[in-house]
Amino acid sequence: MTAKPDLIRDEGYKWGFYDEEEALFKANKGLTPEIINTISDIKEEPQWMREFRLRALEIFRQKQDPPWGTPQLKEIDFENIHYYVKATDRDERSWEDVPDYIRDTFDKLGIPEAEKKYLAGVGAQYDSEVVYHNIREDLAKQGVIFLGTDQALKEHEDVFKEHFGTIVPPADNRYAALNSAAWSGGSFIYVPKGVKVEIPLQAYFRINAKDMGQFERTLIIADEGSQVHYVEGCTAPTYSSDSLHSAVVEIIVKKGARVRYSTIQNWSNNVYNLVTKRAVAYQDAVMEWVDGNLGSKLTMKYPSVYLMEPGAHGEILSLAFAGKGQHQDAGGKIVHAASNTTSTIVSKSLSKDGGRTSYRGLLKVYDGCEGVRSTVRCDALLLDETSRSDTYPTMEIDAPDVHIQHEAYVSKLSEDQLFYLTSRGLTEDTAAKMIVNGFVEPIVKELPMEYAVELNRLIELQMEGAIG
Amino acid sequence: MPLLEIRNLHAKVAETGAEILRGVDLTVSEGEVHAIMGPNGSGKSTLSQVIAGNEAYEVTGGDILFRGKSILDAEPEERAREGLFLAFQYPVEIPGVSNTYFLKAALNAVRKHRGEEELDAVDFLALVREKTKILHLNESLLSRAVNEGFSGGEKKRNEIFQMAVLDPKLAVLDETDSGLDIDALRTVAEGVNALLSPEMGLLLITHYQRLLNYIKPQFVHVLMDGRIVRSGGPDLAEELEATGYDSIVPAVAGS
Ligand SMILES: Nc1ncnc2c1ncn2[C@@H]1O[C@H](COP(=O)(O)OP(=O)(O)O)[C@@H](O)[C@H]1O
Ligand SMILES: [Mg+2]
Repeated sequence: MTAKPDLIRDEGYKWGFYDEEEALFKANKGLTPEIINTISDIKEEPQWMREFRLRALEIFRQKQDPPWGTPQLKEIDFENIHYYVKATDRDERSWEDVPDYIRDTFDKLGIPEAEKKYLAGVGAQYDSEVVYHNIREDLAKQGVIFLGTDQALKEHEDVFKEHFGTIVPPADNRYAALNSAAWSGGSFIYVPKGVKVEIPLQAYFRINAKDMGQFERTLIIADEGSQVHYVEGCTAPTYSSDSLHSAVVEIIVKKGARVRYSTIQNWSNNVYNLVTKRAVAYQDAVMEWVDGNLGSKLTMKYPSVYLMEPGAHGEILSLAFAGKGQHQDAGGKIVHAASNTTSTIVSKSLSKDGGRTSYRGLLKVYDGCEGVRSTVRCDALLLDETSRSDTYPTMEIDAPDVHIQHEAYVSKLSEDQLFYLTSRGLTEDTAAKMIVNGFVEPIVKELPMEYAVELNRLIELQMEGAIG
Repeated sequence: MPLLEIRNLHAKVAETGAEILRGVDLTVSEGEVHAIMGPNGSGKSTLSQVIAGNEAYEVTGGDILFRGKSILDAEPEERAREGLFLAFQYPVEIPGVSNTYFLKAALNAVRKHRGEEELDAVDFLALVREKTKILHLNESLLSRAVNEGFSGGEKKRNEIFQMAVLDPKLAVLDETDSGLDIDALRTVAEGVNALLSPEMGLLLITHYQRLLNYIKPQFVHVLMDGRIVRSGGPDLAEELEATGYDSIVPAVAGS
């Protein structure tokens, strides 16, 4: 009998349930070369990957936290984390074959249903391993690959090795090093030349075990003229001790291709979410991040786009909502490394009940780049007096011929707006929700309808009791 | 039956404590149209905001009765649901919230309170179509965010459009005429006239007499320095137009 883990009842968070089932394999706490070797053994990896991991572990041990990291980072106890928890042996292609209790979890989260209704493919990760991956047959026939990352390493080692770790090298930052050492799961997507995947592929990440670290690793390659929209969601039980989620996402958008990566991050409030996401976009390619951060205790995440060749366009739409005890340190980075590249960053953040949001952004234009255009707009809305928002925009502009617009606003929930709406018969609660929905609308409207509805619903849940 | 009874109303700005209304008395009954005129800064908008329940103002004395009951303790939404409507002098922009979405929510809140069935999207759209026609409102404004980027005139029309949809028992129109050109003024006035009924009361707040050529009040009041200093019939408006507010001032000062 296992002791019942210390779950915290969080009335506002509906995804805090957990499964009691014993994991098939759970690494001891802490991260050592032995544990890395065990992970590599279990996964039956090629030698080069094992060496990659061990090198990354060395880097992790030497690296410090980023200088801007909040003191909260110091609270992470790296010795108290299981770096690998495997619930099941196999990455299945049919929900029927997924163990019942895990399938129940994803049923509760509505994933198989969504797959039937409006998705081109689904991946599901439970703790460290991907338990399900499937893609519509017509897309598979066109050569689209959508696999768990471990599976992809087995089945497509050449293309994997060519790109893996090239966009976010292990030495990029401390958490990228950690992920590179301990990575497990994530999605691998390859879209062949000219193939357009019209409806989204989705991955869902679930942490179930207590004191667990999830380190998924995603690699997306959109070949010339192709198109894909990838959506990820995530939840976890609300334990009294902290969990760590540290992912790395690498995306390559080749000439004329288009990738959109949308995130609805809804971790429970005991999860540290420290993620490195980066894309490179080549000639006339378009990369778009739609990054919604609602959950977690601390999120530090700045999706970035490197515009490598003329005509490339990068777009980052960032939405953050920090409630009680939460800090959303989010934003985005755009690097213009070629002439005639364009970019847009729109950040919308909401803080309530003492929650804190920070916008942290970088806009860099390399010397010699001409005709660069960029717009950055950050809006922060404070829902009460105790909440906080900061903006840390960095601009490194080394070229003369650039057109850059930058605006940042922090505002409070407006009494005038509230009065106007209530004077028409709406309660103050409804009015506040309406104002907030309107505030985030420029970002929400970019999502497919089902996700827009979901995001609005999550925001309303966060808003509950915000006023009064 | 009196719809609105304002008795010796005193109000100040909550934040600064500045007293704005210094004893206003006014009664509007069913089927009546009243006009309140007065120079800038006399407290006309403050009066309308206090009637609607804006907490930026604190009532320090007197009472406001709506259909026989004091509403001083009622929230703005309760007043609206009871049938009070204020067309704002400066309508507020709500970015990202569509005009129809907002109005449907408001109408259904009001209807629910009245014990009427909530309207579904189809019925609501039919109602909205009908009302936009009466007001010659450009239908493209419906799908846009509430008042966002509207011209001054469009904002005013949108206020009257909301009034038409919400169907209040008493409407307070705060300088709805300002910012409207003469054609727009005429259509808005026609729209308001079309809404009037023997059960409804109307309080027109205006700085100029112009509006009163199109919507005829039976009663005209002059508000100055937070008090109604004169009341009369339609001819009072004409007198003011001829002589200006200055002619009133000595009378007050001397009284
Ligand atoms: N919220 C407020 N804060 C400070 N002063 C106000 C406020 N509202 C009104 N006032 C002051 O009260 C007086 C009356 O204003 P208002 O009611 O807008 O007049 P009117 O509508 O007749 O032009 C003015 O001197 C105005 O500056
Ligand atoms: Mg005024």
